[in-house]
Amino acid sequence: MSTETLERVLAEHPFFKHLQRPYLELLAECASRVRFNAGEVIFRESEPANLFYVIRRGKVAVETFAPNRGPIIIQTIGEEGLLGWSWLIPPYRRRFDARAVELTWVIALDGERLREMCEKDHDFGYELMKRVADIMDQRLQATRLQLLDVYDGVRS
Amino acid sequence: MAGLPDPMVPSPLRVQRVRRETYDTFTLELEPANGADGFSFAAGQFNMLYAFGVGEVPISISGDPTKPQTLVHTVRSVGAVTQAICKLKRGDVLGVRGPFGSHWPVEEAAGGDVVIVAGGIGLAPLRPVIYYLLSNREKYGRLALVYGARTLQDLLYNPELEKWRGHFDLAVEVTVDTAAASYRGNVGVVTTLIPRVQFDPLQTAVMVCGPEVMMRFTLRELEARGIGPENIFMSMERNMKCAVGFCGHCQFGPTFICKDGPVFRYDQIQAFFAKREV
Ligand SMILES: Cc1cc2nc3c(=O)[nH]c(=O)nc-3n(C[C@H](O)[C@H](O)[C@H](O)COP(=O)(O)OP(=O)(O)OC[C@H]3O[C@@H](n4cnc5c(N)ncnc54)[C@H](O)[C@@H]3O)c2cc1C
Repeated sequence: MSTETLERVLAEHPFFKHLQRPYLELLAECASRVRFNAGEVIFRESEPANLFYVIRRGKVAVETFAPNRGPIIIQTIGEEGLLGWSWLIPPYRRRFDARAVELTWVIALDGERLREMCEKDHDFGYELMKRVADIMDQRLQATRLQLLDVYDGVRS
Repeated sequence: MAGLPDPMVPSPLRVQRVRRETYDTFTLELEPANGADGFSFAAGQFNMLYAFGVGEVPISISGDPTKPQTLVHTVRSVGAVTQAICKLKRGDVLGVRGPFGSHWPVEEAAGGDVVIVAGGIGLAPLRPVIYYLLSNREKYGRLALVYGARTLQDLLYNPELEKWRGHFDLAVEVTVDTAAASYRGNVGVVTTLIPRVQFDPLQTAVMVCGPEVMMRFTLRELEARGIGPENIFMSMERNMKCAVGFCGHCQFGPTFICKDGPVFRYDQIQAFFAKREV
């Protein structure tokens, strides 16, 4: 896929919505299109986190392994979701496993290059940070609700 | 309710069928033990079910409002009374008074999109809405059901969920809070599904029922999607006793859940919904 097409695809993704054109161009330069088959492992816990993914089609399970319980899905991320932000936070290592649940198309972005770009251009960095912070906030809220285990025992 | 004249006196109903939904939740189909007529009700209303010698509890009607011959309730066993009800077998008799309370605005929602958000047993009072919408499909725009439960084993109405999923004009999104790696469906809390649903925020009625915390999180998500509080309806299922506004047990701010609710329009309870003390 040419960078021009990638730029268009990125522009349509909610994560990059209304991002200025020059920034999209920058992003497209470090983006590539990747396909994962159903069941395929995308990354594993504690691996270096160089890439992050925006999901175009399909579904990804974020998993962890618990002794005596085996692998557990913590959440699934579907179309238009974003997978992975460990590329942004030292020590840049994966915290979970990720596996394609079904045939999944993603755009993979080179996190290392993005970090460099963010350092060089703080306006771009800030714009990207705001968007990642928004995703983190959504995940945090979801995790809080999950922790409350609201369906347990009685209606709460 | 036709055939149940005095709202304070339970009428006897006989269990015709019991369906085990999950390990702790059962659906009962009831018919009058004394040959009385069927039960008209509006989607969202509830009855007081009396397990003889044990006690009485409010339970939503979970059946089809267009089929009033049979009264249907889905009950989760959480304490003495619900446990007694869940143990009933075909032929056993239960005391029923009702129907009580306000209903979901299914008619008012005609001409727009409808989104149903259910958590856990909260799907029970919303099932009559789904029946109604599907039998009047042409009156509505987009229809979506967003349903969350704790685990796969807690999902209610599995055969029907499958059937509804097969409807090309009803979007069904189901999620569970946690699952083993072999599960191929959605995992995550119910609020994570809301951004996926397509609707016109200005022309949409959203009907929500579930644990109160889940409803609070859902409200925030709906707000983020541009839905106004006047278009959000929620069923408040705090506990009650008399069901007719006498005893004050279910007072909720300036309202009584039993007679002003259980279904409220969010802007009418917004001021005191999130308050801890009400
Ligand atoms: C309008 C309305 C509609 C309802 N519809 C249904 C329904 O369709 N199906 C269903 O299974 N249940 C429904 N309920 C809840 C049901 O009434 C309670 O579960 C029941 O009263 C519990 O009685 P019990 O004797 O079995 O348990 P109890 O011993 O009274 O209670 C067991 C535990 O459940 C808690 N509890 C009881 N009632 C509630 C409640 N309403 N909200 C939160 N926690 C509660 C108690 O605090 C206690 O911890 C509804 C409640 C209301 C108010």
